[in-house]
Amino acid sequence: MSGATNLVALGTIVRREIMRILRIWTQTLIPPAITMTLYFVIFGKLIGSRIGTMHGFTYMQYIVPGLVMMSIITNSYGNISSSFFGAKFGRFVEEMLVSPMPNWVILLGYVTGAVVRGVIVGALVLVIALFFTDLHVAHPLITFLSVVLGASVFSLAGFVNAVFAKKFDDIALVPTFVLTPLTYLGGVFYSVDLLGEPWHTISLANPILYMVNAFRFGVLGVSDVPIVTAFVVMLVFVVGLAAVALRLLTRGVGLRS
Amino acid sequence: MTTPALHVNDLRKTYGNGVEALKGVSLTVQPGDFFALLGPNGAGKSTLIGILSSLVNASSGDAEVFGVSIHKHRSEAMRLIGLVPQEINFNQFEKPFDICVNQAGFYGIGRAEASERAERYLKELRLWDKAHHQARMLSGGMKRRLMIARAMMNEPKLLILDEPTAGVDIEIRRSMWQFVSGINAAGTTVILTTHYLEEAEQLCRNIAIIDQGRIVQNTTMKSLLATLDVETFVLDVSSVPDALPTLPGVALRKLDDHTIEAEMSRAHDLNSLFAALSGHGITVTSMRNKANRLEELFVRLVEHGRENAA
Repeated sequence: MSGATNLVALGTIVRREIMRILRIWTQTLIPPAITMTLYFVIFGKLIGSRIGTMHGFTYMQYIVPGLVMMSIITNSYGNISSSFFGAKFGRFVEEMLVSPMPNWVILLGYVTGAVVRGVIVGALVLVIALFFTDLHVAHPLITFLSVVLGASVFSLAGFVNAVFAKKFDDIALVPTFVLTPLTYLGGVFYSVDLLGEPWHTISLANPILYMVNAFRFGVLGVSDVPIVTAFVVMLVFVVGLAAVALRLLTRGVGLRS
Repeated sequence: MTTPALHVNDLRKTYGNGVEALKGVSLTVQPGDFFALLGPNGAGKSTLIGILSSLVNASSGDAEVFGVSIHKHRSEAMRLIGLVPQEINFNQFEKPFDICVNQAGFYGIGRAEASERAERYLKELRLWDKAHHQARMLSGGMKRRLMIARAMMNEPKLLILDEPTAGVDIEIRRSMWQFVSGINAAGTTVILTTHYLEEAEQLCRNIAIIDQGRIVQNTTMKSLLATLDVETFVLDVSSVPDALPTLPGVALRKLDDHTIEAEMSRAHDLNSLFAALSGHGITVTSMRNKANRLEELFVRLVEHGRENAA
């Protein structure tokens, strides 16, 4: 297919994904907004008021970037894993597989859809956060890039999960047993500088730490890890996971007999 | 020499569990043909169609669609094919109009043209009034017609229909065949698999019968039907005598007090049968073929193939 036809195909998948997000907005957009509001009330207001400043910011200001990034990550992952597995389960993934569309267009279309959901949810959570505290974005470009890269990493991971999944339980396992623990231990609620050894060093192996801190640097201008390292880690994950996902699509794992 | 619409060359497929679904299938379908691909359940029809539509990876061999290899130039080959699968495989929560427009989008067709095509095919398949309802609300027959409309969105040169009328009532089936015959007459090559053999007999010009992963017959419908040398008729009669007469070249069997079965050579004329029966005081009030002609041949070929294999 030519560049123009690939663009039409890509636009079709992205549009279909966005329509899906909007069609089931009570499942895709509202729950994360409610959950994060509770986090802001409980951790930010009630408990946070008893905690002192962190890196020169109130506890509420400090956790807002972490919670926004947590929403972006979990929603990007959840979007692509449920949408692509749903397409597999309902067999309408075959509509794409029998078309002349190259595999990278399918992957990019689904990842873009998931990133869009991550961005919409992130924006919603950020707006809610403004009811609780004042925020000024320190580095808009870094903020934007960290959102896109962070969402892309977990969209790709969700895609790989959906390819291997054989039942709906399989797409719930990773968020429950991997994603949630890593998110909570990824510096969303605290600075890893507070941790003693070996926990500080162990925390550096958590990829979510780099995403949270890249975004926190973009919004507040502070980070537990060097910003260049954070972006290198995210880029390595994007390239690595994209290569794995494309390989799986080319071999037709879980899709073609 | 005309490039065939489909040329399958020694296609083999062994699944991961060791099942050998295709054992070297070769066949050719000419452009403009209405081709029947028949076989019992598990014969390999769906595997063959899966390979042609790139949903199944072949173990070896290749197939060319209008000279384009599906193995070497998948994308180009898929552009030429439209597939109506056996199972419902669209998003039931989407609307028929969106399903069709999206399908066109996957082929790189812009929304304006896709919308125009969706309207045209949904109208032709009498689905336009349901175009903006959720697809899950459609009846079984409507869902089948929607899959035909969707397959037409890229205006394929080769349309593959895998049991498209399964579970569909006679009226809808006829309207579907009217539509498919129309697009065949307009130049689209059609490959059909079906278990309704009278459909294949009426619609198709050429036929391949596949069984246990092998093509057991590949010829024209006319010449295949010509090989049928015996026919069986069911005759409704005024009354059946206790002892049936013995007629040369005809085997008579009593079914009940008003029905007899007559098995006879195709060379034997019916007038002499009626005259002979009349001579024995038996009046024929009506008659019908016991089985569809193609059905008889199909059963015979498949059974013969299995006996040889055993």
